[in-house]
Amino acid sequence: MKAKVYVMLKPSVLDPQGKAIKHSVQLLGFETVSDIRQGKYFEIAMGNGVTEEKARDEATRLAHEVLSNPIIEDFRVEIEE
Amino acid sequence: MKFGVIVFPGSNCDHDAYHVISKHVGQPVNFIWHRETDLSTYDAVIIPGGFSYGDYLRAGALARFSPVMNSLKEFAAQGNLVLGICNGFQILCEAGLLPGALIRNRNLHFICDYVNVRVENTDTPFTHEMKAGSVLRMPIAHAEGNYVCDDATFAELKRDGRIIFRYCDPSGQITDAANPNGSRDNIAGICNRERNVMGLMPHPERACEDLLGSSDGREVFRSLAGTLAAAA
Repeated sequence: MKAKVYVMLKPSVLDPQGKAIKHSVQLLGFETVSDIRQGKYFEIAMGNGVTEEKARDEATRLAHEVLSNPIIEDFRVEIEE
Repeated sequence: MKFGVIVFPGSNCDHDAYHVISKHVGQPVNFIWHRETDLSTYDAVIIPGGFSYGDYLRAGALARFSPVMNSLKEFAAQGNLVLGICNGFQILCEAGLLPGALIRNRNLHFICDYVNVRVENTDTPFTHEMKAGSVLRMPIAHAEGNYVCDDATFAELKRDGRIIFRYCDPSGQITDAANPNGSRDNIAGICNRERNVMGLMPHPERACEDLLGSSDGREVFRSLAGTLAAAA
């Protein structure tokens, strides 16, 4: 079982890194790009025999307490067999 | 009065803080390794600048899980004085001892420079010997010093006079040009509700000798020592 956690700055929080990347990308001529936000991605291996529900609970708690800072970031959890 | 300076793996202003307390404040001071949990002999604890845990994940995020941090929360809850400088400020925010967060500077650069900050509030143990509105010149050295918080938190900080320092120009004017990192409302330092925990991005401990460019930082430590002396 594997948990995937995506952490993104909240839409209301300025993302200077994403802005800088967008600027460079537009200079390169990618005209269709209108915005880029940069986030973090974690792959968390879970022990064998863990139920999907338990894996989701643990990963959500982990994402909330450690991987993200709820003041500035949102997260999303996916579970994979 | 006894001071403690917490040392995390990656702290690098711990010796500066130690030096200032022993030489300029003239009081006993100990290093506290982050695995220690007994803070009972201290009157004030400083969380120094640096790059605890290499700033991995987020600046200050992993230091929050060091054993000393639970003791520090109790220490603060008992009303003892806690001063977080730079990475120390980031750690205090991550640990929930101060509200808000410090994100990447708006220009993306690591900024190492002198800044001016205006003393916004002197009703704290860290600033009571200063004059409100006076300007202190101190260095900053950070990549994540851009203070953010939600509107409700900001309103509360403002209402309760918990914004202690704001970036300003040399004459004390609060301008966007004087804001090095994009911090909301030029915020450089804040305190908690109880006013015994303060965090700031500039480094007062690196501004205590004229030879090093400024001795304005001494005022922070003079206030701090004055508070402890009055309480003793």
